[in-house]
Amino acid sequence: MEKTKFAKLGTKEFWIQNSCFVILIVLVIASAFLSNVFFTRQNILNLLRQCIPLLIMSMGMLTVILTGGIDLSTGSIMGICNMVVAWFLFYHFGKSVGGLVISILISMVVGMVFGLLSGFLVTFGRLAPFIVTLAISQIARGCAYLISNAQPIRLNTKEAGTAVLTAFGNKSIPGIAIPWPIPVGVIVVVIFFLVMKYTSLGRIIIAIGSNENAVRLSGISVTSYKIIAYLISGFTAGLAGIIITSRVSTGSPITGDGYELDAIASCVIGGASLSGGVGTVVNTVIGVLVLQLLSNTLNLLSVPSYPQQIIKGIVMIIAVLAQRQKTSS
Amino acid sequence: MLHISKAFGGVAALDDVTFFAEAGEIHALMGENGAGKSTLMNILSGVYRMDKGEIHINGEHVSVTNPARARELGISIIHQEFALANDLTVAENIFIDRLDRFINWRELEQKTQILLDELGFDDLSPKSKVGSISVAYQQVVEICKALSRNSRILVFDEPTAVLTSNEVDKLFSIIKSLRDKGVCIIYISHRLNEVFELCSKITVLKDGKYVDTVNTVDVTEKQLVRLMIGRELSEMFPPKTASIGEVVFEAEHISVPGIAEDISFHVREGEILGVSGLVGAGRTEVMQAIFGARKRNGGSVRYKGQSIRTDSPRHSVASGLGMLPENRKADGVLLEMPIKVNSTLCRLDRYLHAFGRIDRKKEDEDVTRTGESVHLKSSGILQKAGSLSGGNQQKVAIMKWILGSCRVLIFDEPTRGVDVGAKIEIYKIMDDLAAQGVAIIMISSEMPEIIGMSDRAIVMREGRITGELSKEELTEYNLIKLSMGVR
Repeated sequence: MEKTKFAKLGTKEFWIQNSCFVILIVLVIASAFLSNVFFTRQNILNLLRQCIPLLIMSMGMLTVILTGGIDLSTGSIMGICNMVVAWFLFYHFGKSVGGLVISILISMVVGMVFGLLSGFLVTFGRLAPFIVTLAISQIARGCAYLISNAQPIRLNTKEAGTAVLTAFGNKSIPGIAIPWPIPVGVIVVVIFFLVMKYTSLGRIIIAIGSNENAVRLSGISVTSYKIIAYLISGFTAGLAGIIITSRVSTGSPITGDGYELDAIASCVIGGASLSGGVGTVVNTVIGVLVLQLLSNTLNLLSVPSYPQQIIKGIVMIIAVLAQRQKTSS
Repeated sequence: MLHISKAFGGVAALDDVTFFAEAGEIHALMGENGAGKSTLMNILSGVYRMDKGEIHINGEHVSVTNPARARELGISIIHQEFALANDLTVAENIFIDRLDRFINWRELEQKTQILLDELGFDDLSPKSKVGSISVAYQQVVEICKALSRNSRILVFDEPTAVLTSNEVDKLFSIIKSLRDKGVCIIYISHRLNEVFELCSKITVLKDGKYVDTVNTVDVTEKQLVRLMIGRELSEMFPPKTASIGEVVFEAEHISVPGIAEDISFHVREGEILGVSGLVGAGRTEVMQAIFGARKRNGGSVRYKGQSIRTDSPRHSVASGLGMLPENRKADGVLLEMPIKVNSTLCRLDRYLHAFGRIDRKKEDEDVTRTGESVHLKSSGILQKAGSLSGGNQQKVAIMKWILGSCRVLIFDEPTRGVDVGAKIEIYKIMDDLAAQGVAIIMISSEMPEIIGMSDRAIVMREGRITGELSKEELTEYNLIKLSMGVR
């Protein structure tokens, strides 16, 4: 009798964990019926390439959410990193590949510094992550405007370094014809998957979200792990900013506006709990795909952007409701 | 309440329990943790619905389908943890479910003042914020809330757990005056002396079954305990197998600002040191300070004669010190995480390969072996800790420290909220640990536990150590004397 009870519980948990898969499959089927260009190689690759910045940012967001925090600054960090890399390329280092590397490194450091700042304020400052990262978001966005004088920087794609970056964003890998950003995104996802599943870092980050007190009393420095989580989030937001730059060859202070909300939405559609401790890399990837697929299909059907937002919101509610009903029963 | 049965997910919490209480009497409901007292009271107040049975009030068959219906019938429970809104005033809290659309503040405060005066608490202002008044006064607010609904049946669930002895006296006089007004009072408590002082009848439950109802004057404490646990006390504790060695752990001149001063003690290898005292004596706080989970002023901690750094749990654990916290759910286990993650949390470093990869095979083996050694009942090491029973959760919390190879362990109320069977097993685990040379410091508010398990005990009162008792001197009388400060 006990066995059947456990089996039942198993299926129920299976559904909770996989309701986002079901939603994804439903969306794929619906898209295939609604649009005859959906299942073309070109469209699928396009869809995947478009979702890479959001995908990478969502990995960092998931890390923070797993600790029980939230990072509202990632969209703005993406913006400042886009601005910084564009500024250095345009005014200083655009001429050589070495200069490109330096620009990217500086930009990544900027992203990580903002992440670190959030981490320090959340832990040592004992402030709510929501407030801290909201403030950091304002600061980062303000910096982006300052650097740019509120004017976008259009990169000179004829310079050697800049040309490499632009090629990365717009060309495909010779031979297999897959856009360059896709393997980068896949590598990032694989690394996060391995870290969360197989390493002590991943385990402790999840444990902190589950019960911070118990982890602290087990002799673990909760502070340093939390700071690492925000640092990672700053890093992934920066990386997302650079990939966007490679695509659009422009530094614009409004880049990444609202991205943090899409990243949070992806995690939540994937079943992550905003109180921490619950959420997986695979499901977050699904969450990203659901969001991206939705806008892709609606674009193919030439639905204007305002109705698109409404439909997105509705799908989000459905996704979260599906998880909730199953959890509570 | 007649023939009440209730099951949770196939496990019977109450099995054919019948319970009578009369108006104008104080009736104690007793039994070990998990005996079904709270379940029975939750059914009475409409929180749970019973599977079988009937409830009669004044001979009339009533159906209590939800808490609102229970309130209409005049049933109120004063829970151990109060259901009060800290940021609202006393008056608002009392009338929170009956506020008019437009609040007449003056009338509300007057009504509150009348209630407070009746109870003899005219010094409490209806305008004070509930969060700013003492716990005892918060309880008074709860009582007023119940009275303002004209409750005929009033249930107190362990009301004295959080009160000082002065406050307990006050509470008792309130309860007695309520009884004299003809209210039927059901009093749940673990404290034998309170029950004997206050109640005229006692109903005992055990493992969800009705055992007996007795008149207080007809029984002795011993007989009552036997009814509750169904066996002699001495059978609960394992025979001592550990041999006591050298002094390994010393704490000297530990002070916790505003709570405790100048606490010094030592523990030997294989020794179980009991720490007794009333709730609020500062025992937990002192141990937390020693472990680094709380700020302390001065003092030093030594392990095998050498000073060790214990200003944060991280340093303490690194020095071989471990602490099983009092509040298991909040501080002890990660309820959402599997047994495995819980057990290896403090010594994950042992299983690490390059890039922080965890050696899962070794980890699984260790956890499985340790789980067997503590007789953990689970469906496997991947079962979530939160789905285990209280006793098994506590075992998981202990496994963490066993796998952490701690040499000095602080157990803060190790058997709180676990059933009798698990209690016995936890005592056995403690004895095994001691036999392996671990020095154990055990805080406990249950005197039989202190007497049965400790090799030596210190007693604390109001933030100071008031005495030390050797095994031979360990009697309830001595413990009470020292913890209450009687000369």
